[in-house]
Amino acid sequence: MSDVCIVGIGIHPFGRTEGRSGLDQGVFAVRQALADAGVEWRDVQFAYGASEEAGNPDTMVERLGLTGLQFINVRNGCAAGGSALFSAQTAIRSGQFDLGLAVGFDKHPRGAFNPMPADYNLPDWYGEAGYMITTQFFAAKITRYMHEYGISPTGLGRVAEKAFRNGTHAPHAWRREPVPLDVIMDAPLVSDPYTKYMFCSPAEGGVALLLASERKARELGRPLIRLKAATMRTRPPGSFEVFAPSIDCARGGSATNIASAAAFDIAGIGPEDIDLAQLQDTEAGAEIMHIAENGFCRDGEQEAWLAEGRTEIGGALPVNTDGGCLACGEPIGASGLRQVYENVVQLRGDGGARQVPGDPKTAYSHVYGAPGVSAVTIMER
Amino acid sequence: MRAIAEGLFTQDDPPKLIGGRDRQSGRIVFPCPPGDQFEPCPLARQGRLWSWTIQRYRPKSPPYAGPAAFRPWALGYVELPGQTIVETRLADIDFGDIAIGMDLELTLVALDPDAAEPVLTHAFRPVGAAR
Repeated sequence: MSDVCIVGIGIHPFGRTEGRSGLDQGVFAVRQALADAGVEWRDVQFAYGASEEAGNPDTMVERLGLTGLQFINVRNGCAAGGSALFSAQTAIRSGQFDLGLAVGFDKHPRGAFNPMPADYNLPDWYGEAGYMITTQFFAAKITRYMHEYGISPTGLGRVAEKAFRNGTHAPHAWRREPVPLDVIMDAPLVSDPYTKYMFCSPAEGGVALLLASERKARELGRPLIRLKAATMRTRPPGSFEVFAPSIDCARGGSATNIASAAAFDIAGIGPEDIDLAQLQDTEAGAEIMHIAENGFCRDGEQEAWLAEGRTEIGGALPVNTDGGCLACGEPIGASGLRQVYENVVQLRGDGGARQVPGDPKTAYSHVYGAPGVSAVTIMER
Repeated sequence: MRAIAEGLFTQDDPPKLIGGRDRQSGRIVFPCPPGDQFEPCPLARQGRLWSWTIQRYRPKSPPYAGPAAFRPWALGYVELPGQTIVETRLADIDFGDIAIGMDLELTLVALDPDAAEPVLTHAFRPVGAAR
């Protein structure tokens, strides 16, 4: 079976853009991706679009042109972008199409996400009593993890410090000022042990990726960035997820575990073969736990990894080279695709001041979201 | 005072949480889901703290129905041995004294003690803590 290649990338800067709708940020990204690939909108045969709160993605045909293309909307929580990408690569792998689009955008109101219990098949009292809060879950998960595996609060701070430092070099990032470790550690707590710098914020942004068959990619003459694997999985028994009124005493794995294992299996390589990774870091501890959940280290080794700088841009496994969600914010529909955008930038060697040295050949991306969904990609140049 | 919802805890004194036991697998969850797959079962009143955090900002309303004036509260997951790990508020404890593994017991607290008709919700507190 021939590979699927990413031949065009586009991004609308993340953060807050007053006066520009989420949809228009998506359109901005699509136009950039078209120019990057050297194709026209009329050449695009199909699209999968992801948006959680910014309207139906297929309405962007009004802006881009009424070519009659197949356009399918994807809504899948934090895995929406990953799901759009998975669907797009499957369409090309099937042999039915040669050139397609995965696009994601969003524009969230200020403040924390405000989900309703009924949307997650939960009773109303759960929200009334103050449990429909993602930050509670993230804090409770890392508190347990720190207890079991000896991760320190300073470890959490180091992740946030790295994120803001990397973000200073990413033009699409929202937070572009470095924040010293002591400022991060001494900031007000949001949900113990996390201070305000250790959580990402809902935001705005758009990302577009043009996917092509290998034959089409060669025709376009772009560097061949191959999407070796794209997987999306839901939770196994015994996992600990957002919005859980109870969890099983018999502890199990996570959606991330199985999405990751499946992706490595499909790509035919292992964690030791990955040159850089974008791992869901909606909060500092998530990056720490996801390093292990995705198979890059054993539980508890992260403390030493952080102290040694192994996840820094010049380290053994650079993680979240554009500052991740902590520096970019999280527009749900676009967030997973931003990771893939950043990986393409890095594999092309276009990272500028944040470029991973040593001519990286492989890159990994991972998202996680409620109520226990995960999407992973592995790319090779 | 009335309960925040029907079927969450028994009317006994002291009360017990009402979980649901999967009729086929025996797996216990909280709360008891509607339908035939799960049968209601009373849960242990005592357990050990599995994890915790502090809610330090007022959640948005709706869905939150607590008092307009915000005071941080503690919450966590309490392991009821052999049954399940329930998410709960923590009561009658200073934030600085909270520790994973501590012994806790079920109590009921008013979501908004100053409301005209306060509603009760479940919480766990240190075993033997004074009200």
